Amino acid sequence: MTGRLRVTGRHAAVILLLIPLLYPIAWLFLASFKSGSEIVQSLALLPREYILDNYLALGDDLAGVPAWTFFVNSTIVAGACALANVASCSLAAYAFARLRFRMRGVLFAFTLATIMLPVHIITIPQYSLFQKLGMVDTFWPLILPKLLATDAFFIFLMVQFMRTIPRELDEAARLDGCGSIRIFGTIMLPLVRPALVTTAIFTFIWTWNDFFTQLIYLSSPERLTLPLALRLFIDTTDYNAFGPMLALSALAIVPILLFFAAFQRLLVEGFATSGLKG
Amino acid sequence: MTTVLDRPVQKPRSTSTPARRYGERPSIAYLFLTPWVAGALLLTLGPMLWLLYLSFTEYDLFTAPRWVGLDNYVRMLTVDPHFWNAVWATSKFVLISVPVQLAAALGVALLIHRKSRAQGFYRSAFYAPSLLGASVSVALVWRVIFHDWIGHPDRALLALVLLAVWQFGAPMVIFLAGLQQIPQEYYDAAAVDGAGPWRSFLKITIPMLSPVIFFNLVLDTIRAFQVFTGAYVVSNGTGGPSDSTLFYTLYLYEKGFVEFKMGYASAMSWFLLVVIAVITALLFRTAKGWVFYSGDES
Repeated sequence: MTGRLRVTGRHAAVILLLIPLLYPIAWLFLASFKSGSEIVQSLALLPREYILDNYLALGDDLAGVPAWTFFVNSTIVAGACALANVASCSLAAYAFARLRFRMRGVLFAFTLATIMLPVHIITIPQYSLFQKLGMVDTFWPLILPKLLATDAFFIFLMVQFMRTIPRELDEAARLDGCGSIRIFGTIMLPLVRPALVTTAIFTFIWTWNDFFTQLIYLSSPERLTLPLALRLFIDTTDYNAFGPMLALSALAIVPILLFFAAFQRLLVEGFATSGLKG
Repeated sequence: MTTVLDRPVQKPRSTSTPARRYGERPSIAYLFLTPWVAGALLLTLGPMLWLLYLSFTEYDLFTAPRWVGLDNYVRMLTVDPHFWNAVWATSKFVLISVPVQLAAALGVALLIHRKSRAQGFYRSAFYAPSLLGASVSVALVWRVIFHDWIGHPDRALLALVLLAVWQFGAPMVIFLAGLQQIPQEYYDAAAVDGAGPWRSFLKITIPMLSPVIFFNLVLDTIRAFQVFTGAYVVSNGTGGPSDSTLFYTLYLYEKGFVEFKMGYASAMSWFLLVVIAVITALLFRTAKGWVFYSGDES
């Protein structure tokens, strides 16, 4: 085989792999224009005829509230979590990456260990705590842990990133009389902006997708987020409900796809960075 | 970086003597760490101790916990058949999905790691399912697409394995980054010595990539133990048919947040925690035999 043929073969193999891989996503969008009975009858990609009924049905209330409520709730929760994670994790990461204090090594090791701590385990006692604080069925149990830097993965990501910033910059600023707070705000934060943006977008996407925590804490219809609204369809066996279910499913992943389209390089590389330079 | 250095140099303050150069007060560090310390104490350490206590009690969230000693653990390990079904379903899921996912991730990474104009596109396209796969939306798609499989125990589990494997993009991008750090000279030298592609793969790629393989293996194993959304959506929250998709986290949720048997769920939590800790420790122990760190790494 000549070199060029081999390269062409490689590209052909990759594209053949991508077709089944991306099929479910394409199917979701196209099936949302099918009738309920066609959805269950065939897994064909293209609808026999395109109908908008499924999307129009979302104009009716679901669980007694308008469907846009779920988008607003998901946006509030995911947006607040993203901001909170950036603020709290960058503070902690700066301390771990640059400042000296007693037990720094032990505390950082503790943080790394909590990356492996399953969220399902910690949720049981946390639920008990939030219940005593009267915060169940509010957004606080979802946002507060992010405000308090419990997302160790992002502390780790930022520490990794901050370690690549030359120390000479800090030292020069210190000679000029800058304190740690000024150095953090005027030197470190602007230089690690890619890590901050990566953290914000990952937190947004993961919170947007998160089902378990929201399932546990939220119950009032007017506070349901998108994953919980979609859950309302889970026990349906009604063909007529399949269409609206897929329409809402498709709309629910549009924000993720938009973020992905805008920041794909940052996201892919941000994820790769977390696995290297360890 | 140049942008920072190009700024006009600030006038040194009179207090900036060399003695104070590194002399930042430790209290500044604690200021930065305040949210983290509060989170670690109130939302991690405190709850873990509370969880340990709860595991020895009967607790329904609404009345005070009642001490029952080892009852929960005894019932869990010796009486409750669903518990062992959950352990079995989760073990099967972890043992099948993790190796298959990692193999797919490595295979595709090898296929696309050569520099080409399409590489960026490929990387992103393979990675997209990793961002969407955890969503209820995709789980619902799975429910419709694998509709005929869901009634059958083995196939229902297989559908969930496929959902997990489908998300191989996340470990793949880490493999890609690892592959790009292997110096091309190694392969050139091996080629001069007459090594074929298979031999180069075994003698260069695998050893050089072993730290990354290990990292992916540990993270994926822990992640697989925690799978929840897909099983909940596909089985309608029941873990059926016949407990075949009753993953550990699903059963934990059912005990704790549906039946409000918080004491029992806490005992289950500690069991899971110990299992994950033991498996991670075992992985680290075996790693000494096959993970190769090149000497020049800091």
